[in-house]
Amino acid sequence: MLKINNLHASVEDKTILRGINLEVKAGEVHAIMGPNGSGKSTLASVIAGKEEYEVTEGNILLDNEDIEELSPEERAHKGVFLSFQYPVEIPGVSVTNFMKTAINETRKAKGLEDMPANEMLKLIREKSELLEIDRKFLSRSLNEGFSGGEKKRNEIFQMAMLEPKLAILDETDSGLDIDALRIVANGVNKLKSKDNAVIVITHYQRLLDHIVPDFVHVLYNGRIVKSGGKELAHQLEEKGYDWIKEEVNA
Amino acid sequence: MSLKDKLVSSFLAFENHVDIDSKVHDIRTEAIKTFENKGFPTKKDEAWKYTSLNSVLKHDYSVFPKQENALAYSDVKKYFIHDIDTYKIVLVDGKYSSHLSQTTHDGIDVCLMSAALSKPKYQLIIENYFNKVATKDGLTSLNTAFSKEGAYIHIPKNKVVAKPIEIVHFSTGNEAALMLQPRNLIVVDENSHVQIIERHQSVTDNPVLTNSVTEIVANKRAIVDYYKVQNDNLNASLIDNTFVEQKRESHVSVHTFSFGGKLTRNNLNFYQNGEYMDSTLNGVTIIGDKQHVDHNTLVHHIEPNCESHQDYKGIFTDNATGVFNGKVIVNKEAQKTNAFQSNNNILLSDKATINSKPQLEIFADDVKCSHGCTIGQLDDSALFYMKSRGIPEKEAKGLLMYAFSNNVLSSVKIPELKQRITKLIANKLGVNIGFDL
Ligand SMILES: Nc1ncnc2c1ncn2[C@@H]1O[C@H](COP(=O)(O)OP(=O)(O)O)[C@@H](O)[C@H]1O
Ligand SMILES: [Mg+2]
Repeated sequence: MLKINNLHASVEDKTILRGINLEVKAGEVHAIMGPNGSGKSTLASVIAGKEEYEVTEGNILLDNEDIEELSPEERAHKGVFLSFQYPVEIPGVSVTNFMKTAINETRKAKGLEDMPANEMLKLIREKSELLEIDRKFLSRSLNEGFSGGEKKRNEIFQMAMLEPKLAILDETDSGLDIDALRIVANGVNKLKSKDNAVIVITHYQRLLDHIVPDFVHVLYNGRIVKSGGKELAHQLEEKGYDWIKEEVNA
Repeated sequence: MSLKDKLVSSFLAFENHVDIDSKVHDIRTEAIKTFENKGFPTKKDEAWKYTSLNSVLKHDYSVFPKQENALAYSDVKKYFIHDIDTYKIVLVDGKYSSHLSQTTHDGIDVCLMSAALSKPKYQLIIENYFNKVATKDGLTSLNTAFSKEGAYIHIPKNKVVAKPIEIVHFSTGNEAALMLQPRNLIVVDENSHVQIIERHQSVTDNPVLTNSVTEIVANKRAIVDYYKVQNDNLNASLIDNTFVEQKRESHVSVHTFSFGGKLTRNNLNFYQNGEYMDSTLNGVTIIGDKQHVDHNTLVHHIEPNCESHQDYKGIFTDNATGVFNGKVIVNKEAQKTNAFQSNNNILLSDKATINSKPQLEIFADDVKCSHGCTIGQLDDSALFYMKSRGIPEKEAKGLLMYAFSNNVLSSVKIPELKQRITKLIANKLGVNIGFDL
């Protein structure tokens, strides 16, 4: 589904990604771990198409199509979803109206009619129940004044509404207490199928106890320096990243 | 001949047409002298530093349109809030249009200024209120000198007027260039409540200059909600001079929606004569091309325990220019005043400009006054966030700008008007918004 070849990316002439190779197949869950500042969020943003990052070498293929020239919205229409590490506040636009617009714009791009209002309401009800989100919450301005945990839960609510093919969750666990973590993980697991894939960016094992990865990668200094199975995450939890840094620097 | 000379010299002819014996005659004669002395403001006047009238004064305006020109309702229906029942005072090229209007004398007076100025029945109100709160600057004096026609609204005490009142000024392009001087007087007595919508609309591309004066008096506990819809075509300019006098415990709000016109100057003045009242001044300006909109507001807090709220949003693109000059005066006696002012602007092009200048003159010590002004572009991270959810750039921008002006829209109390403003904003921003905010 996703194939990243020798990806180099920079921002303001500063190189951040220095040759990433990654293949994610349908039905798989990949975890990306690594120290702060290693380039995890940058990788997520580049896949989602953030314009300020420049791809200087390599490419990203989505279903064998190079997506370099595609805008963020076109990537979204093809099923890419990014759960932001820092979701942005949009004052004056309610959660519901935002989702209606997002869903109908995506449908429009696929040549479909707007979703009928009653169907939309049903979908919103269903997905907000899945994520145990209060109805009152949905009429508030998007992310404005939300707590860290509320923002993250809202990201997964949006993911549930949009049913993406490739979901990238950037530190979705940070800011969540144990209960919220369970709810969010449950939401993600409910959406998992053999046709879609998830990339989980995290520092901690605890999310991976709920969303069990098929592969774990360590990103350090703009490269994937180690890959393994889910046991690698346990190892990192125990020993930290120093041994990896030493291996790399040796 | 300059426009000023033309106006001054035509005053005699004008006065011959109207009733020379009336009390207003003296007021008019005084006013033309004031205009002759002061003339039109120039950029040398501090309050006109960022707005030059040169480009609108250069036309050879006809100051008294001769011909009557009728408009068919079907052609202008769209300019009315036609899905609800309203009272209407409609002027076409400055003259009363009886077939487009719906006036009343049933318990309230919603009629013509010309009638109020000439009939004995209205004499007391005219003596008490006409040209009282209006200032004696050049432009207002010019209007006063030629004051003859406009809206006259008197709501006696304890009346909640069920229907909104629409005041619509059409210009038909009958004359190559036309100058209009509408004069409105609105007196709302104790405990009464009225909603008014005002609009100036030219139906052709011929240049029009309107120099309008509106006096509003809100007596004790009166509630007045006034909406100005400024969406005229690009050859029409408007100088709107509005003066509001409020008495104790009254509530007055003026919303100004400025989307159209070549040059628009809003002189909006509030005088708070009494305690425990509030004044609301809201505005949304969305302009492009070479349009110019200048909001020049004044709130004068004279007595204690009053509030004022000003919230002006502006979105400027192309070569558009905006001005916000918000003056708040708090007298020494006006303790416990709460005066808030905010002016937020988005510039969408490098060539668009906004000059925003708060002026606070506070002579009392126990007051809460704040002002905030922002000038920015659209937030890139918000745009990326929205796009990453599948919302295309154009819609994302539209939604952000729409949300930006939302605060001001949410305080519009007539749903059908709010809907229209919503549509106007969406059109202006070139987006199709499939829901109400
Ligand atoms: N927009 C940007 N401008 C400048 N530097 C950036 C930008 N985005 C990321 N960086 C830098 O790139 C490096 C990687 O950042 P990031 O991808 O956020 O790391 P991680 O998510 O792994 O913590 C950091 O040094 C960060 O400061
Ligand atoms: Mg990060």
